[in-house]
Amino acid sequence: MSVLVYIESEEGKFKKASLEVASYAKEVAQMLGTSVTGITFNADDVSELGTYGVDKVLKVNNSKLKDFNAEAYADAIKQAAEKEGTKVVVVSQSANSKYLAPLLAVHLNAGYASNVVSLPESGSPFVVKRTAFTNKAFSFTKIDTDVKIVGVSKNAFGLKESQGSATAEDFSPNLSEEDFSVNVISVDKAKDKVTIADAEIVVSGGRGLKGPENWGMIEDLAETLGAATACSKPVSDMGWRPHSEHVGQTGKPVASNLYIAIGISGAIQHLAGINSSKVKVVINNDPEAPFFKAADYGVVGDAFEIVPKLNEKLKEFKAKNA
Amino acid sequence: MKILVCISHVPDTTSKINFTDNNTQFDTNGVQFVINPNDEFGLTRAMWFKEKQGATVDVINVGGAETEPTLRKALAIGADNAIRVNTPATDGFQVAKQLANVAKEGGYDLIIAGRESIDYNGGMVPGMLAALLKANFVNTCIGIEVEGTEAKAVREIDGGKETVSAKLPLVIGGQKGLVEESDLRIPNMRGIMMARKKPLNVVEPVEVTVQTEAEKFEKPAPKGAVKLVDPDNLDELIQLLHTEAKVI
Repeated sequence: MSVLVYIESEEGKFKKASLEVASYAKEVAQMLGTSVTGITFNADDVSELGTYGVDKVLKVNNSKLKDFNAEAYADAIKQAAEKEGTKVVVVSQSANSKYLAPLLAVHLNAGYASNVVSLPESGSPFVVKRTAFTNKAFSFTKIDTDVKIVGVSKNAFGLKESQGSATAEDFSPNLSEEDFSVNVISVDKAKDKVTIADAEIVVSGGRGLKGPENWGMIEDLAETLGAATACSKPVSDMGWRPHSEHVGQTGKPVASNLYIAIGISGAIQHLAGINSSKVKVVINNDPEAPFFKAADYGVVGDAFEIVPKLNEKLKEFKAKNA
Repeated sequence: MKILVCISHVPDTTSKINFTDNNTQFDTNGVQFVINPNDEFGLTRAMWFKEKQGATVDVINVGGAETEPTLRKALAIGADNAIRVNTPATDGFQVAKQLANVAKEGGYDLIIAGRESIDYNGGMVPGMLAALLKANFVNTCIGIEVEGTEAKAVREIDGGKETVSAKLPLVIGGQKGLVEESDLRIPNMRGIMMARKKPLNVVEPVEVTVQTEAEKFEKPAPKGAVKLVDPDNLDELIQLLHTEAKVI
């Protein structure tokens, strides 16, 4: 009966988004009068999970699962759900979770709601609030199936610590050859760089920066803040920055705590994509730029003067508050 | 190679989103509908396969007759045949089931769907379709090459990308990167004329058990006014972010 939560880790460290979904699972479990089971893959020390509400951890240790494999992971989670008699599975909305959740939904014959931003109002009917129309609206979605999958948006629920501790149990799912029919050849991932998906702060640049050669100040500011860098659609279309940095309706969604838009006018598609960010700052020389209507704080002025100055002041601030 | 491209009929990215019937229905009044951008990148990649390696390209949509102009546009861009499953799209599972029912008879080597539609953002159709067809699946796909029965695909991951290999038949959840924005095609007059003569088959739906229902919609609360900070007083901005917003 327990609520099952898929806990993602990278190099032995749990993803913050996974601790957040564990916190979410705990509250759902309390609502349903049950406990939380977490499933981990090749993670050694799972004691931290108790702090975020996990009561029991099913530890899968299998060298074949070293690389993420959506089909094999989904199969393992399915078997864990069946073993636990799970009615609710909770996942994050990381790239990997979004990859496996629809597969898992079919295997468990479960209804799946993605981009969920709130707890269900009750266990029955099970209605969750999710974002739709790329953050231009919310949809209240009722899941009718016996087993339900909830994909919780990053930063929507927050971390909630509790007093519990987690017991650990080894779990060896039966994986078939078909589970391994998509195989990783190579991974190309920037080391020591904050990703847009994980970032608490995102610094983003637009056409107002005039050319790729001016991105140094964006990168400097991002470094000072420990932030990820991003860009608007025209910037990625013109090849000034890689597609992986494009945020907005057809690019990546941003749900950071702080989003700083520099030289971005704020087209409706861009605003839709970054709307889930908690606090938005805009720096733009055009006071009529639509972004000022969407932002919490704004500075009207020349980004080429403001950004380096802001960076220096932030460095001083960081040094003082370190 | 036989390719199927799944096309979602969605409001244009600039659309204002409103609801009617006590906030239970999307208000289509004055809304321009387009091919879902994530699907259009896939369709354009399918055209590349057709022209460079030889392929037939079918497009499919689940929806009422009002979605046919979107399918015709896909035909004008260069798809060979269109299929419309004659039922409103209600949730991701229902759409995946309808698509699977048609696709299982079609003998497709490659099925391309957008990673998500820009209206309901479910992000579940490609994966569910793959699972229902027991086909291999690669999500957030930003590159694909096919040689014989083997595909090499590039997948966007958080913070980078990953190259994978998989045998056909394969379903991908596509997005920008499959082709560049500048590769997208605007149908020309000849394409539009030819599209009128290309087959658009209407198939009747299969029965599907409802899994999820969008009961009502809500628009985000209006935003308070922006607080403007003088460019000569950036310390104030830092203080506001620190003490008021508590984000640094």
